[in-house]
Amino acid sequence: MTGGASLENPYLPYPVRIDDIVVETEDKNLKTFKFVFLNPEDEEKFAYTPGQFAELSVPGKGEIPIGIASSPTEKGHVTFTVNKVGLVTTHLHNMKEGDVMGIRGPLGNWYPWEEMEGKNIVIVGGGFAFTTLRSSIVYALHPDNRPKFKDIIVVYGARSPGMLLYKDELAEWEKRDDIHMHITVDATDDPDWKYNTGFVPAVTEQKVTSSENAIAIVCGPPVMIRFTQPVLEKLGFPPERIILSLENRMKCGIGMCGRCNLGDQYVCKDGPVFSLAKLKNLPPEY
Amino acid sequence: MIQYTDKIREIAGRLLKDGTVEVFIGYRKGTVPMMNEPVLIRDPDQVDTLHWDVNCGLNLCNYLTRRTEKIGILATGCNSRNIVTHIIENQIKREQLYIVGIPCTGMVDHRAVKRAVGGKEILSAEQQGEKLIVKGADFEKTFEIKEILQSNCAVCRHRNPVEVDEMVADPVPEQEGVEPYKDVESVEGMEPRKKWEFFTRLISRCLRCYACRNACPLCYCPTCFVDESRPQWVGKSNDPTDTMTFHFLRAYHCAGRCTDCGACERVCPVGISMRQFTKKLNKDAEELFSWEAGLTLEQRPPLDVYRPDDYNDFIK
Amino acid sequence: MANKVFSKDAWLEALGGLKEHYRVFLPLKDGDFFTYKPIEEAKKIHFDYDNTRLSPKGLIFPQSERMFEFSLDTQDPEANILKEAPKDDSPRAIVGVRPCDAHAVGLVRRNFDNPEYRDPWWVKHVEAATYVGLGCNAPCATCFCKSVGGGPFNEEGLDAMMVDLGDRFLVRALTEKGEEFLSRVQGGEAADEEVLKEARELAQKVTDEMPDTVPTGRLKDLPVMALFEAPFWEEVAFACLNCGTCTYLCPTCWCFDIQDEVYKTEGIRLRNWDSCMFPLFTLHGSGHNPRDQKFQRVRQRFMHKLKYYVDKYGDGVQCSGCGRCVQFCPVNIDIRRVCGLMDAYEPGA
Repeated sequence: MTGGASLENPYLPYPVRIDDIVVETEDKNLKTFKFVFLNPEDEEKFAYTPGQFAELSVPGKGEIPIGIASSPTEKGHVTFTVNKVGLVTTHLHNMKEGDVMGIRGPLGNWYPWEEMEGKNIVIVGGGFAFTTLRSSIVYALHPDNRPKFKDIIVVYGARSPGMLLYKDELAEWEKRDDIHMHITVDATDDPDWKYNTGFVPAVTEQKVTSSENAIAIVCGPPVMIRFTQPVLEKLGFPPERIILSLENRMKCGIGMCGRCNLGDQYVCKDGPVFSLAKLKNLPPEY
Repeated sequence: MIQYTDKIREIAGRLLKDGTVEVFIGYRKGTVPMMNEPVLIRDPDQVDTLHWDVNCGLNLCNYLTRRTEKIGILATGCNSRNIVTHIIENQIKREQLYIVGIPCTGMVDHRAVKRAVGGKEILSAEQQGEKLIVKGADFEKTFEIKEILQSNCAVCRHRNPVEVDEMVADPVPEQEGVEPYKDVESVEGMEPRKKWEFFTRLISRCLRCYACRNACPLCYCPTCFVDESRPQWVGKSNDPTDTMTFHFLRAYHCAGRCTDCGACERVCPVGISMRQFTKKLNKDAEELFSWEAGLTLEQRPPLDVYRPDDYNDFIK
Repeated sequence: MANKVFSKDAWLEALGGLKEHYRVFLPLKDGDFFTYKPIEEAKKIHFDYDNTRLSPKGLIFPQSERMFEFSLDTQDPEANILKEAPKDDSPRAIVGVRPCDAHAVGLVRRNFDNPEYRDPWWVKHVEAATYVGLGCNAPCATCFCKSVGGGPFNEEGLDAMMVDLGDRFLVRALTEKGEEFLSRVQGGEAADEEVLKEARELAQKVTDEMPDTVPTGRLKDLPVMALFEAPFWEEVAFACLNCGTCTYLCPTCWCFDIQDEVYKTEGIRLRNWDSCMFPLFTLHGSGHNPRDQKFQRVRQRFMHKLKYYVDKYGDGVQCSGCGRCVQFCPVNIDIRRVCGLMDAYEPGA
């Protein structure tokens, strides 16, 4: 195998081995897969930035676009958290450590890291869309990067405590003083629950007090995005500084197959990250 | 039949004005010869858009599904039978419809006309009574319409609508002595291998564009079996096995429901005679169950009823 | 560049002699219409078609094309690793291409061959192809190439051009590929100035007489959201069956799907033409569909060709005016009319 073929052929996945599988949530519908490249040189070619995604390729079943959950600061592997919804993801959930499959990417654009330098970062996430936000947090907290940013404020919500992703890391981040965590669940009857209760937009309104010198990145289900948007606008975030990540049906991931467009923009190539200002001038077909 | 146009406009105008219907579905004259476009009219002032001639071969029943308004609709014999089938299959309510019946003497086969002029470009094709005057850059040819009918119209036995609220004209005489299943019989007579070759050749040009399915009023499933992905029943490439699966299964889904309106063949961009499949099943329905689809609101199609006292043993 | 004149018989014979240099494809009669086929299948060659039913895009971008092959056999050390499927990219000559269909290749190139990504198969298939055009002495009433940046004798995208001069063909090389093609064609004579003049005058006359019927001038300046929200889409879409005829016949429609198929332990990944007319095209795994309704899909097709593409590349519409969708839309939705509605739209009026 020579990895160079992938530069020639953007449809050819890098072969990877599943190194580890973690069941993330109590309903067992979300699993995190840790992949190791079969050809070590492919890891360098797969140089990515938080916010990007890749096509996970399960030979015989097909490909699915999934946000990259690991951070480029974590070497030796890449991770993806996958929700079991369709044919490919169901098959992937049945695969085992040691199995070989493919990864094609990195694809799409990323969160505006250069623009965020010197600013406060407000990260708002809900449900299983937290994956690229996890990548972003790990990346921003890395000692090489942390000095570049001011306050980092995270609002992350799930339906119930058992549905939160990356629980160990959340607990660790809670302890740190260089990141302000606001974890919330829609509802819980757990008497030991020590974080917030309530929907993400409401907690955002409570905990995020200022939009001054801040950029908000928002990733979650459409209903969460719809109700968080006015909260952020009320806090004074201009649409240029509200950053959203979209999910449309995709196939090629490189802007050729034609299905994921919003007007003249392809979510796979020109996105998936768009500012609200940009989205306001595009057909809302997402 | 072209004289129906004025009458159709008059009826549609009246129905929209007096509130009998909220929308009226008919045709407008097309932008290319031998093509008319289905149109939905809401405004009584727009009824002059409506047009009728021998090129109205699509099935308007297709446009009824999932509508909520009170609808006026034109219906020839076969179209009216599809409306009946729609009502029986709970796709539309009878009360929601005002059916304007058209006694029909058949639609022109646009491919036959093109063939008859040697494939040359046709610049106009105007109906004058029983004749069609066809003009091109360097020719003019007059056809007797009855000589160039769609093949389903040529063997039609139900030219008058079966369920109407109002007719645009008096019924036309039904055709006597037609042999609707002659072509089916010739296929039935083939050796199995020949039959397979015949079907394989028949669909070899298929593009899987699904125009046939989408033009068919029977194909109203929210998700067609070919579009199902969990599980995926049919492959998406142009592999002949998948193409064949599509055509065979679709035909079976139409068994006992097809009125032989010919819309499937009319719309096919590559000229496939897929009625060879549906007609065989129509023939079986007629021979085994004395059934022709859509002739009555009183009885369900034979393949969608179960009775404990069914006289056939195999089903018990 | 070389020019040669052939008697019609000599030209047909010469094409037959090209087999050792090219795989030759040309329009052949297939039932009621013409379609591109290998010359080996020709019983008779006529260059008297209006155009082929399907555009020649399938020769470059097949309806179904194998991308990769793989084994699922657990004993195979290379199991689950995708390998490129072998392709025949030996030189091919596509002869008799109407100028609209050659113009379309350039429009499609922007999608498959751009600074960020190159589609390896599309690019290699085009590189392997020599396009030999056939000028249109009698454009159809449904043709509107002249309105969309082409013309009946437009040379863009062609390597050589045939001009039908009654009893002879003038064949002019337009590129190096065309020059090479012409050098391999046996027979014919160098064209003298009189023949060249005759061909020039013919082209000029036909082009001048062809009406310019479809207005496109305002499309680029109209705001995208105004057109997107224009009131006419429901009416335009009413008759649409959401079949794939327009997209499959179109020389400039390029959308595709990627599918895996497995037989026992052997698998392939292939791509198939897809269509924005199909609801499944945009159905997200969550069940959400951003273009759930028919009018949204119809709007997408016209907006893509006549507005999004115009905005994205700033060089005209994604339509070469071949008129296939006009002729073969089963319900007569006419892009010329829709383009007219869009171009004349007055937002807020």
